[in-house]
Amino acid sequence: MNRFAKSWMSAALCLAIGTAMLFGLPSVMDDYTLIQVTIYAVMSILGVSLGFIWGFGGILCFGQAAFFGLGSYTYAIAVMNMGDSTVPFALAILVPALFAAVIGYVIFYGRLSDVYMGVITLTVTLILFNLINSTAGPEWRIGSAPLGGFNGIPGIPTLNVPGRPDDVLSPKDLFDVTFVCLLMVYLGLRVLISSKIGRVIIAAKENEQRVLLLGYDARAYKLFCFTLGGAIAGLAGCLFANWGAFTSPTIFGLAQSAQIIIWVIVGGLGTLVGPIVGCALIQWLTTAIGTQQTFNSNLVLGAILLLFVLLVPRGIVPSLGSAGEWLLRKLRRPAAAISPAASTAALPPTEQAT
Amino acid sequence: MDLAVIVVIQVLYAVASLVIISAGLAVIFGMMKVINLAHGEFMMLGAYSVIGAIKLGINLWVAMLLVAPVAVGLIGVVLERLIIRRLYGRMVDTMLATWGLSLLLVGIVTSIAGNTTAGVSAPLGSFSVGAYSVSGYTLVIIAVAVVLALAIRWVLLRTPWGLIARGTMQKPDMANALGISPSRVYSVTFAVGAALSGLAGGLLAPLTGVVPTMGAAFVAKAFITVIGGGPAILAGLVGASALFGAINQLATFVTTPVFGEVALLVAAIVMLRLLPQGITGRFFKGSL
Repeated sequence: MNRFAKSWMSAALCLAIGTAMLFGLPSVMDDYTLIQVTIYAVMSILGVSLGFIWGFGGILCFGQAAFFGLGSYTYAIAVMNMGDSTVPFALAILVPALFAAVIGYVIFYGRLSDVYMGVITLTVTLILFNLINSTAGPEWRIGSAPLGGFNGIPGIPTLNVPGRPDDVLSPKDLFDVTFVCLLMVYLGLRVLISSKIGRVIIAAKENEQRVLLLGYDARAYKLFCFTLGGAIAGLAGCLFANWGAFTSPTIFGLAQSAQIIIWVIVGGLGTLVGPIVGCALIQWLTTAIGTQQTFNSNLVLGAILLLFVLLVPRGIVPSLGSAGEWLLRKLRRPAAAISPAASTAALPPTEQAT
Repeated sequence: MDLAVIVVIQVLYAVASLVIISAGLAVIFGMMKVINLAHGEFMMLGAYSVIGAIKLGINLWVAMLLVAPVAVGLIGVVLERLIIRRLYGRMVDTMLATWGLSLLLVGIVTSIAGNTTAGVSAPLGSFSVGAYSVSGYTLVIIAVAVVLALAIRWVLLRTPWGLIARGTMQKPDMANALGISPSRVYSVTFAVGAALSGLAGGLLAPLTGVVPTMGAAFVAKAFITVIGGGPAILAGLVGASALFGAINQLATFVTTPVFGEVALLVAAIVMLRLLPQGITGRFFKGSL
């Protein structure tokens, strides 16, 4: 599994499935379901951003929702002031990335350890939540965009074709854009991970001291990783603001951050597909819970997180991979056992042992 | 002059409530290096046990000072046996598991008690300082915080249990060789931490509305105070509470409560950048 997971085969497989979904889903689904799938894809981008910085950079960020929220607010405020959505789209990625860079600078260049990292990211999320929450009332506005405090910003204009503010995207177009973004993010991160920079990032996660002694500035690599994660989360935030034409401070909340962590844990830490699988499963489950009254969604999410940490700490995708490999071996062994005499005769003794 | 008295009382109150909120977390994190993200929910359980006890006709003070810590301490023992025990030494996993636990507890309490705010009215009325009036309960909180800090110090330094607990945390294998069961010590320490969280929840029940999600408001502050305090449990707790509490309250006076909170959080980030090991990582080294 391990070799397969790292090979280009698995990346190609995932991209093939993704592309098939991109072209196939709109023809088999009605608009309502398509809109549902769009939000799954938006959240998957967010999940992948944490899956990348946590699983590959070893940075457990409790505040990934901060970048997500910042992205959606940046887009909302910018697009309401500018009209055309091209620059706001770019800003929604740049502003969270810059913010992540500042936070990352404090953390990595202060050489703060895991726990402190958790506290700072959590704190920043809370600061943003408190600040935005307190901006109710007409005096709080940036340009022509009222911040709205706890009520959020409704009626955010949707993305338009670059340069033509009146040519806004339909729900189907938004699905395409979102899905293409998800696939691009996935492919981009796969390429990055197997590049030299990616290898240094992973090495710094495994043993920072050794990486430093080999002459790489681990802090800079971690900062880059964290900033990239912030940018991707910002992209997801921008798409989220587009999806519902609405954003509110709850997306900065602890519940949102907890959800992202649960997606990654459930799907599988150290993979890029895992967060997508986890996100889709949990989102689907949350929606399903919402339609019945017996169980509270917090209760179920908490139980899932607990059970996964205690019993399936590797998550679904790696566990499934191991199970698949085990099955393959089971299937191959009987085939090999058919002619034991021939194989023992053909192989030299040393190779038999392996 | 009256204003000065009020400001001093309010600052002391802010510091005291930080001490009370964070004490349980400080014991569990400081002694066991377990980050209990369900700390806020332990407080919530404490608050609900006060409400339950009052409904049964128990005196408010008994409910706050006795029922809440005992009830939550017992819950702590059970949870330590079932969950925390399996994760010792795996800090990140503990964080995640206790986060799951916190969601689970919120879910359970919401299912039982409903998503409504219950309340207890604050006892003791108020007294006046010049033109201002101060709630008598504010002084109770300050007094409890002082007693709590002294009690923690006394237990850790002057009693055999404190010695055993400190020894076990430093070198579990050595303690084991001397005939002390580390697993029992962990269990008791966690229970004491949980009981302190329960006490905090009980004491704050008259001040904040009691809802299943009330814990979230406290866990981050407590977490920041404990981490900001650094390795020495008590000196760190008191030092960080004093610093953050004062900043919070003074900023609240100048601006609004929201910016007071923001000032606290910004101060925490700046402080961690300057003193990555917390206050007691640099000052008061070797104190308790």
